[in-house]
Amino acid sequence: MIDRHIGFVHALRETGLPVSLAEGLDAANALRHLDLADRQTLREAYAATLVKRPQHREGFDVLFDLWFPSTTQGPPKHRDDDPEDLRTELAGLLAGDPGRPEFRAFAQAMVERFGQVQAGPGRQSWFSFPVMRALSPQTLIARLLGERGGLPEKIARQRVTTNIAAFEAAVAADVRRRIAEEQGRERITRSAVKPPIDRRDFLRVTKAELAEMRREIHPLARRLATRLSMKHKKGDRGRLDFRRTVRASLQSGGVPLTTHLKPRRPHKPELVVLTDASDSVAGFAQFTLLLTFALREQFTKVRAFAFVDTVDEITKYFAPGTDVLDAITRMTTEADISRFGRTDYGHVLRTFEERHASALTPKTSLLILGDARSNYQPPNTEILKRLTEKVRHAYWLNPEPREQWDTGDSVASGYAAIISMHECRNVHQLAALIENTDVGG
Amino acid sequence: MTWFASPSEAVTRLRQTGYLSDDAIATSVFLAGVLQKPLLAEGPAGVGKTQLAKAIAEATGSDLVRLQCYEGLDEARALYEWNYKKQLLRIQADDDAWDDIFAEEFLLERPLLKAIRSDRPTVLLIDETDKADVEVEGLLLEILSDFQVTIPELGTITATRRPFVVLTSNATRELSEALKRRCLYLHLDYPTPERERDIVLAQVPGIAETVAEQLARTAATLRALELKKSPSIAETVDWAHTLLALGREVLDEQTVSETLGVVLKHHSDQQRAAKELGLR
Repeated sequence: MIDRHIGFVHALRETGLPVSLAEGLDAANALRHLDLADRQTLREAYAATLVKRPQHREGFDVLFDLWFPSTTQGPPKHRDDDPEDLRTELAGLLAGDPGRPEFRAFAQAMVERFGQVQAGPGRQSWFSFPVMRALSPQTLIARLLGERGGLPEKIARQRVTTNIAAFEAAVAADVRRRIAEEQGRERITRSAVKPPIDRRDFLRVTKAELAEMRREIHPLARRLATRLSMKHKKGDRGRLDFRRTVRASLQSGGVPLTTHLKPRRPHKPELVVLTDASDSVAGFAQFTLLLTFALREQFTKVRAFAFVDTVDEITKYFAPGTDVLDAITRMTTEADISRFGRTDYGHVLRTFEERHASALTPKTSLLILGDARSNYQPPNTEILKRLTEKVRHAYWLNPEPREQWDTGDSVASGYAAIISMHECRNVHQLAALIENTDVGG
Repeated sequence: MTWFASPSEAVTRLRQTGYLSDDAIATSVFLAGVLQKPLLAEGPAGVGKTQLAKAIAEATGSDLVRLQCYEGLDEARALYEWNYKKQLLRIQADDDAWDDIFAEEFLLERPLLKAIRSDRPTVLLIDETDKADVEVEGLLLEILSDFQVTIPELGTITATRRPFVVLTSNATRELSEALKRRCLYLHLDYPTPERERDIVLAQVPGIAETVAEQLARTAATLRALELKKSPSIAETVDWAHTLLALGREVLDEQTVSETLGVVLKHHSDQQRAAKELGLR
């Protein structure tokens, strides 16, 4: 047990979960008080002592299943029924509660039946896709919905899709377990755990992950806003507040023992965001724009411009209270940002200077979001220089990893010589940037 | 003192107070008891974090001492303060009293000190820890790891009976690593529809089971939309009360669109929900 415990803690550390020595000891201590045969309790005990951030929970669960596989069910029953009957059985399970043991047993039996594939000459391996292909649960949705139209259908659909996701996860877990059994746990540890959502690259996220990230926006914005306003407060004290000081002196018989100072009025900058809306960086641009608007209370004025090869103002689509997804669709269909559909930074900078230069004042912070890939068009660096001289601060956030700057048609370092350019590949880096630079103050 | 004998006992005793737990809650509550470590419950607003502390207090028959955190909370309001008015009077009344004005009788107990000195079993709830300033965390460290308080004039006061500490946080900011390391961590999230149905049934006597089921399913559907603020458990329970008061037997589209304001409190969220769910 001790060996397994230590191996598990090491594996967690290897996948990036910060587990301190003391926390490892806590977990070991907790094991003494528990019934170790109860796997669910064991899992939660480890989670309570070792996982202190919700983002890490997903990776933790994957590793736990590998290190402490469930053995209670015995060997799965071999199933060679007709696939159509199996689909009917699956449909029945999808309409029920995914927490029941039959649900997981069925997933295991299906991996046994369909999951094995020739991975190379003389080598067999396990995969989830043949299982999902053979059963294709998505095509069962129509059969399961029953009631048509309106609210009942929506609710039924939501229920079935969550259950399908649960089934997929159960299949994937069983596939990982089988691979681990055959090739050893250590081999699969690294590939099985995805980095937590705030460390995933903007440029490589899937649609579902993007939705998940957007859901993070409001908590993130709130957190950043608290941090920024705290930064204002600290050590930022202005002149003597005479009235409060005299009032407080009454407590000490008219002797002003404690002085009260007026808080200094926080400096609220104006922000101009210029964002690349071309498909190559769409996910990143959307996310950052939304975040800027969510942070609106930190700025007196936010104006946003989007471009592909020409530039247009998009502030109006993000008015307070509008729906996030609507705003993005309206922005892409209504705003005049694209002529030929190929990014051209040089032309964009020129049009921006001609039409919208008045947006930039000495109180403004300018934020440019884009990958600096200009399809071999002239970069017009001198215009960027003129623009940055007009404003208080100017930053460029680039969603590409630093090693890829200047490869191909990227002119990143040409611009980076003029403006301070930061690598910003994931939510984590973005949050760190907002906190550490003075975009917000 | 042992708080709970096993995770399953924690489930039953919490259920008796009307709090429905799951594996994660029961295990971490049990461990917090046997390991004598504080329990940090984090999660969105309205999923029952504060309620958990109250349920623990009720289930174990302990006193509940609550410290509500807010911006600007300081030692004098969290830990202890000297009653300077009384001290002044004493000095004026008796010129030789300089030595004994720092005694027990001039000490004003605040929640933290009260929880530590109590000789009855006590549940200490430190609510919304993330709202307090970072300095308060430093203050909590000594108390949470050693259960002792140092008062310069009196010396160190150690807990005779360790309180059961529950900290809650809405994650508006990251709590410091040092604080998290000393705590057991419990992430409370929106429940599964099955559990939410049971919660509604337990909290709202008189509601029909089918309605509770529909409510829980609808709430799950709403949470899957990209909303500014997803409906919390507390709001689902309010919704159930609303339906009961209106005498509705079934949750149809008409009813949902009439009562959507109970669960969604942003205009844009309501519009989005109406559009996605096909309401009028």
